Amino acid sequence: MIDRIPIDAVGIQERVERICTRSIKKESKLQALDLALRMMDLTTLEGSDSEGKVRQLCNKALHPYTELPNIPSVAAVCVYPNRVSLAKSILCNSSISIASVATAFPSGMSSLQIKLDDVNYAVSEGADEIDMVISRGAFLSGEYAKVHDEIAQIKEACGTAHLKVILETGELGSLENVRMASDLAMKAGADFIKTSTGKISPAATMPVVLVMLQAIRDFHETTGKKIGMKPAGGIRSSKQAIQYLVMVKETLGNDWLNPSLFRFGASSLANDVLMQWVKEKTGRYQSLNYFSND
Amino acid sequence: MSEKKVSEQITRSNQASISIDWSYADAPESTSHVRFNKHYGLFIDGSFTEYNENQSFESINPANGESLYRCTEANKSDVDTAVKAARKAFKGTWGSTSGTQRSHYLYRIARMLQERAREFAVLESMDGGKPIRESRDIDIPLAAAYFFYYAGWADKLAYAFPGKSPQPLGVCAQIIPWNFPLLMLAWKIAPALACGNTVVLKPAETTSLTALKFCELLQDIGLPDGVVNIVTGAAKTGEYLVQHSDIDKIAFTGSTGVGKVIQQSIAERQLPATFELGGKGAFILFDDAALNEAVEGIVNAIFFNQGHVCCAGSRLLVQEGVAEKVIDLLKKRMQHLIVGDPLDKNTDIGAVNSKEQLETIQRYVELGIQEGATCFECSGSLPTTGYYFPPTILTGVSQSSTVVQEEIFGPVLTIQTFRTTDEAIEKANNTPYGLANGIWTDKGSKIFYVGNKLKSGVVWSNTYNKFDPTSPFGGFKESGKGREGGISGLHAYLKLDHNGGMY
Repeated sequence: MIDRIPIDAVGIQERVERICTRSIKKESKLQALDLALRMMDLTTLEGSDSEGKVRQLCNKALHPYTELPNIPSVAAVCVYPNRVSLAKSILCNSSISIASVATAFPSGMSSLQIKLDDVNYAVSEGADEIDMVISRGAFLSGEYAKVHDEIAQIKEACGTAHLKVILETGELGSLENVRMASDLAMKAGADFIKTSTGKISPAATMPVVLVMLQAIRDFHETTGKKIGMKPAGGIRSSKQAIQYLVMVKETLGNDWLNPSLFRFGASSLANDVLMQWVKEKTGRYQSLNYFSND
Repeated sequence: MSEKKVSEQITRSNQASISIDWSYADAPESTSHVRFNKHYGLFIDGSFTEYNENQSFESINPANGESLYRCTEANKSDVDTAVKAARKAFKGTWGSTSGTQRSHYLYRIARMLQERAREFAVLESMDGGKPIRESRDIDIPLAAAYFFYYAGWADKLAYAFPGKSPQPLGVCAQIIPWNFPLLMLAWKIAPALACGNTVVLKPAETTSLTALKFCELLQDIGLPDGVVNIVTGAAKTGEYLVQHSDIDKIAFTGSTGVGKVIQQSIAERQLPATFELGGKGAFILFDDAALNEAVEGIVNAIFFNQGHVCCAGSRLLVQEGVAEKVIDLLKKRMQHLIVGDPLDKNTDIGAVNSKEQLETIQRYVELGIQEGATCFECSGSLPTTGYYFPPTILTGVSQSSTVVQEEIFGPVLTIQTFRTTDEAIEKANNTPYGLANGIWTDKGSKIFYVGNKLKSGVVWSNTYNKFDPTSPFGGFKESGKGREGGISGLHAYLKLDHNGGMY
């Protein structure tokens, strides 16, 4: 159903290293920081997420740094299904989307019906975007059709909500599997493919993201459809975020430098981007104490 | 902030959620820390000779075509003085220096190169046009690595050749090219000194600067006088050097044409000589290879150092079934290559080394088109001053095309297709050259099958243009004789046939 495409991990690593030598300065750095903020899915996915915690996160999304007007707001906040309605009530007048994880996140170890119910619940609560997980157990034992059909049915349950498919690349074992899972997810109807839940180490890595971007490029080549990409987990510094943007530009072109086609799933990245943003604007670094930890 | 302000702000950023046209701002490497003179004498017997304007030539910065510095063109008597200084050192100080002490000198050179790496990298890029990314990440670190490697051998030569009592040859005449000036200097000087020889080296006339700065470094570390002598100049100086009657060894890296002339001129002398000459490497890409990575490999094989690489993979042989896909991927990749100021950290392809070389490349590409090739070039703009040539691929060529047969020494790739493994091997070997080839396949057994049948000194598998001091490097056929690097590289600077006992 899906071809296994040979991938040379050494070659991928070399390409990544070359990408990381790009030196992004001055106005191009500012553009990148602005973009990174607008691409951010501010995320909290803890068992301990209370109403208070989610409220604070939403406020951070609305007011990243009040000292400077015109600072862009993030793309979305990402929460568990039972916190969607609260987030919605705070963000309903803004452009910020509500993303919700679903489908027995993070393991995906449940029945299809429960996963569908999970999705229906999140959508009915007001989620604009659904971040689902694939069944890695099924994938690794070769049940590709099962994984595909599951994604397709969940896509249907999403209705108008955008579907991000989490491959959990840290559990897939090889870059060839990453590529295959990417192809499978896009074929089954994913709007976005996403690296990780953030619950497994390693989360997003540059080699993995490069392979996924190549899959997106080839899918666009054959179908004309533009699929989005979301690395999640492990991206903490502006420098890393900019390196990812370079990779997107040099693999997919400027078309993908757009929050509707690229997102960062992160929580601590925001403050580092803000700090760099303020530094570029004012010429001075502020202490991290000036940025709210929400 | 009021609610209204917030909503305005959000509308603004929402409207901005269209793609941006993002390009990289200039990121120039600073030149403020580098110092070099406006003119240089020759480095003979531990010091610089007086500069003489009437006996000098100009070195151009190929990035802008402007004069960078002037150096002395060594005449016959200068070369003679240099050889005499080398002879004196060989008979005197250096000859009585132990392997352990020689190793200390070489370690000191290596460390000093590391310490001054940034300065050397900037100078290399200014003088030769190569991108700072390469001089910083490849040329200079690798030059230091060769000194480190051969420093390790200097006191262990007897163990490299058990039972042979290795002896130095004497005075080595060394001539190096302009494509990797400091690195080629390291390839020549490090093994020569490790083995106890003394050296007279001539850098290429367009790239003398790092060799001259290297002399300052030698003074700083206190290498005994006369052990290394640098004579700058062009072909005539090279001729005086190889025809000098008191040299014991010739090591030449450069074009096959000049290599042949040198071989003829020394045909009647019993002179040990090593040659590393031209190449026309094949990049054999099988349909089962990891294509994206192979495309990156092609970029490294032919666009590295503006294609001024003797072992460049300048002929792509791609299996028919994937040819279209590979060419498409390559064209897309080429759109992201940045041609421009060598000192900008984002430059992928810098300036062509000289006006002369630029004209050679232009002539070959025009000839290729006349012979029926289709030409595809990178679309980005080129700087208006200086010598630049865009990365170029030529399709629709055949084994009989001039551009397939002859070395272009520029960022120009020819693309041919093949059907079977044996056809690929035949095409790869059907050239007077035999320096390097690359094999790209996901299948290990195919690497060994094809690798064993390729007539070249180097075969890379699923990678290209990788260098390491421990690995021998050299050519088959008209690509040269002798090896540099590794234990084989020591062999070229030693007599192994009589028993002495200096080690």
